[in-house]
Amino acid sequence: MAELSVAWGPREENKLIGTDVPRMEGVEKATGHAKYSADINTKGTAYCKLLTCKTGHARIAKLDVEEAKKVKGVLAVHVLQDVGDELFYDGQIIAAVAAERPDYAADGIRAIKLELEPLAHFVDEDDLKAAEALDAEHTEIVDDEKVVKEESAKLGHMVRVKPLADDKNGDVDAAVANAKAVHKGYYGIATISHMCLEPHGSHCEWTGDDSLLVHLSTQNVSGTAGQFAEPLGLDAANVEIVCNYIGGGFGSKFAAGEWGLACAELAKEIKRPVKLMLDRATELKSAGIRPSGFVEVTIAADEEGRITAWDSHHWGSSGLNGGTISPGVMPYVFTFENLNRRASGLVTNTGPQQAWRAPNHPQACAISQTAIADLADKLAMDSYDVFMKNLDQTPRADVYAEEMKIGAKLIDWKAKWHPSGADNGPVKQGLGMALHTWGGRSHAATCLLRVHPDGTVESIAGSQDIGTGTRTAIAIVVAETFGLPLSSVKVTIGSSKYPRSGPSGGSTTIGGVSGPNRRAAISALGKIFDLVAAKHNVDAGTLTAKDGKILSGGNEVCSWKQACGLIGAMPLEVMGEGPADDGLTSDGVGGVQMADVSVDTETGKVRINKFVAVQDCGLIVDLMTAKSQVYGAMIMGIAFALSEERIMDNKTGRYINTDLETYKLPRIGDIGELVVEMYQPDSEYARGVIGLGEPPVIAPGAAISNAVANALGVRVPVLPLTPQRVLEALKGGAA
Amino acid sequence: MRPFEYARPDTEAEALEMLNDHGGNTAVLAGGTDLISLMKRELVTPDRVVDLKNVPSLSEIREEDGGVRIGSLVTLDEMQKHPLLNNYQSLRHVIDGIRAIQIQHMGTLGGDLCHLPNCWYFRSGYGLLAIERGVSLVEAGDNRYHAIFGNQGAAKFVSASRFAPGLVAWGARVEVIGPNPQQSESIPLEHFYITPKLSNQGVTVLKPGQLISHIWLPVARQQQSATYEVLQMEGLDWPLAAAASCVEIEGGVVQSAKIVMGHVAPTPIVATAAATILLGNALTVDAANLAADIAVSQATPLSNNGYKVQLARTAVKRSLLKAIGHPEGGI
Repeated sequence: MAELSVAWGPREENKLIGTDVPRMEGVEKATGHAKYSADINTKGTAYCKLLTCKTGHARIAKLDVEEAKKVKGVLAVHVLQDVGDELFYDGQIIAAVAAERPDYAADGIRAIKLELEPLAHFVDEDDLKAAEALDAEHTEIVDDEKVVKEESAKLGHMVRVKPLADDKNGDVDAAVANAKAVHKGYYGIATISHMCLEPHGSHCEWTGDDSLLVHLSTQNVSGTAGQFAEPLGLDAANVEIVCNYIGGGFGSKFAAGEWGLACAELAKEIKRPVKLMLDRATELKSAGIRPSGFVEVTIAADEEGRITAWDSHHWGSSGLNGGTISPGVMPYVFTFENLNRRASGLVTNTGPQQAWRAPNHPQACAISQTAIADLADKLAMDSYDVFMKNLDQTPRADVYAEEMKIGAKLIDWKAKWHPSGADNGPVKQGLGMALHTWGGRSHAATCLLRVHPDGTVESIAGSQDIGTGTRTAIAIVVAETFGLPLSSVKVTIGSSKYPRSGPSGGSTTIGGVSGPNRRAAISALGKIFDLVAAKHNVDAGTLTAKDGKILSGGNEVCSWKQACGLIGAMPLEVMGEGPADDGLTSDGVGGVQMADVSVDTETGKVRINKFVAVQDCGLIVDLMTAKSQVYGAMIMGIAFALSEERIMDNKTGRYINTDLETYKLPRIGDIGELVVEMYQPDSEYARGVIGLGEPPVIAPGAAISNAVANALGVRVPVLPLTPQRVLEALKGGAA
Repeated sequence: MRPFEYARPDTEAEALEMLNDHGGNTAVLAGGTDLISLMKRELVTPDRVVDLKNVPSLSEIREEDGGVRIGSLVTLDEMQKHPLLNNYQSLRHVIDGIRAIQIQHMGTLGGDLCHLPNCWYFRSGYGLLAIERGVSLVEAGDNRYHAIFGNQGAAKFVSASRFAPGLVAWGARVEVIGPNPQQSESIPLEHFYITPKLSNQGVTVLKPGQLISHIWLPVARQQQSATYEVLQMEGLDWPLAAAASCVEIEGGVVQSAKIVMGHVAPTPIVATAAATILLGNALTVDAANLAADIAVSQATPLSNNGYKVQLARTAVKRSLLKAIGHPEGGI
């Protein structure tokens, strides 16, 4: 018996792992051959339109869909809300109409008779004082609990402020009293929406009275069948979820969603396939947001620049459940001995939150590492030096120090840095940095590896490629293990009928798929070596697989194909599982980002000159797709740093920028020069595979804000740093 | 989008007939870059859409009366390349600023001049004046992109046209035809835009059944011109404020000047006092700054758009400097 270790091979012997491998499905995607859920259009498919709430808060006084059912081309109306129900936010779905054509569905929506009784709304999520004033007026304390007064409740008032945390460690007051420098600041970050290019939705087709096929835009192929089955009264075994390609999923696509169930119900009622993808406005309003956060901070340091105290109270909103940024990640990455932190959640009439790429981290980074840079100004020190001096108060000081040195060299920090606001002239330049942390452990997953007698190899799993290159990573791991070219491995993912894999969230997929595939491939290889050893009378322990050959002591014994011919008539199948405690994967990553910006003080416009990311993530399976992840994250970060935000109108309670003209996202001209440096000494390779998808999106907000503050000598407190906010900060700073 | 009838006339006369024999609920299709969005949102719901693309006379650029006559269906891309427009730099600046080749290829000059406001209340279905139960939503709500001039009445949106400031600064006229095929009049573009007082009024003097057939530019003598738009984004984006200048300098001093601000009021705003102060003086940075101060001195910002005063000021200053080839600064 060949006893092969599953451990990753010596780094220098790798042919594929750690190299630049273009993603396998790139041509399909670029040429339109890749079919997304939104593209599925089987014969007889009916189309849907949605009736949504168009006010901040209301009660349904009348809802009559009978006329809509009679409209030409309308096949069915599915109602999600009843008369008397409260609608809590603009965009909340009331009903769905399925029709022969999209325009007939729109006619059906128009024929629905809806009357609303307006109720009080509150959407001003940055205004803690306004929320407290509302509570003072409309609530009372009953049995130690804040409740809405009866009369106020009738008008729709709700408890608006929820205390979430109040932790105290050490002695902040004493530390502040003894500090060389104390900075008090206000910072904030607006809410953003998930804004998937392919909206949330599905195509549902009943393949029998009790079996359902769902093409779902999902990050969770293996975990969603039950979410359809239970409410529809089906056996989960009779639901198949398919997702071969997905046009964006950042943490909001794990569930069937009320729109998914509505689609299935409509398909059942009309006995035809139905497609229901959210329209752009509903996508932005209802499919998930990243909560806002605003903070008042006191931060103090000794004369060396060592931070000795932190005190913060932050608030913000995740919508109706009144959450904000998790207090546990404040202050971000750093833990100080003397530390007070308090958090309040505001209940707003806004759409629900969904986990957004590195939940809590980008906001926490943006509202705490900005305070560190401002403290550096107060100390008359370079912010780089203050970050460096305090790395021992982070979990991975040595790695951050190395990454900071690399980043500084790439952006030429020491030569370019100047004290904040030192430039003359209307255009000012500045540097800023921030650092981040993330887990990235493997999720639980399996795969089926099949080696055919002709030497070709298949890997099959109910996983999904959310754009990160999952297929390519699987193929690299298997091909490397077997000593084969990438083209010999066929990867099949995207159906819940395949062996169970994990949901793609938390940057857990790369570890989740590479572990099981490596283990299965090593197991299969052992079996093949045994067959070769018996046939060719060599010691199985001497065998290796390389360049399409089976070698013994460097000499070719047979080709891979000949070896696989020994399997027999039927393919060899091995199941791979994970995670396992065998060193293939681990967790814990970090990164440092540095931005060089220019700010036009006459227009408030910010330009990214150069933006550097130094990122570690253990063993890198595919260098090209890993770097692509970082580039994409930096661009997404530039978006929420400079232009992307949900704008709630206090007057109407509505989300008023729900199109791509006013929900402003960067284009190529907005992103400047991006530099990605993967930090990959041998010590990182030795850690095994760790997830990367989320961490590089964390630091851009703070890094860019710090660069703008360094340019101006004035902090623009709230992200995104729009011309309006920049000019208002300059005006305030000059006053 | 609601169903509609599609009509494609071959002549201007036919176009007017097709616009007017249908009870009036018709829409003119030029490039369609905005009409389609308006129809999808059901803000415009015509029974008939009259597509002008097949009317050859509307797509010509030629010399006329010492100036240049541009058909309203001429696309931005065609304008960008046309030699007769070489001396009208302020128009080129606008096209450069529309950083989407799709819009440059499909968008037309006439379509731009008639572009309805981008006000988010209007686009959300609250009407041009956005008044609900007697309350101006713009005044009470989020007005960060709204008017800082001419906003004392009901209308508080900003004129959306990108070309209007530059064309008005050049003294352009528009030829309006219809409703009858025999009817045609030439109107200074400066007088083309109106500020509606009632919700059933439009944003231009165009009456139902009329359309712009041509735009006429006076001869370019020694004038120098520029448009400066403050754009937040480098991709397709609407200006936060803009200004166009057209100046004639002889013997080192300004002989004539016209400054027009855009995206700051329901109509383009001619900054007469600012232009007058320049006359007889050298156009220096100080002079441009002074003119810019005067241009915005009468601004009446709303609750959340005071920053636009600074942007309009910067646009005026930079358009003047850009017109004379002086580095205008900024990024």
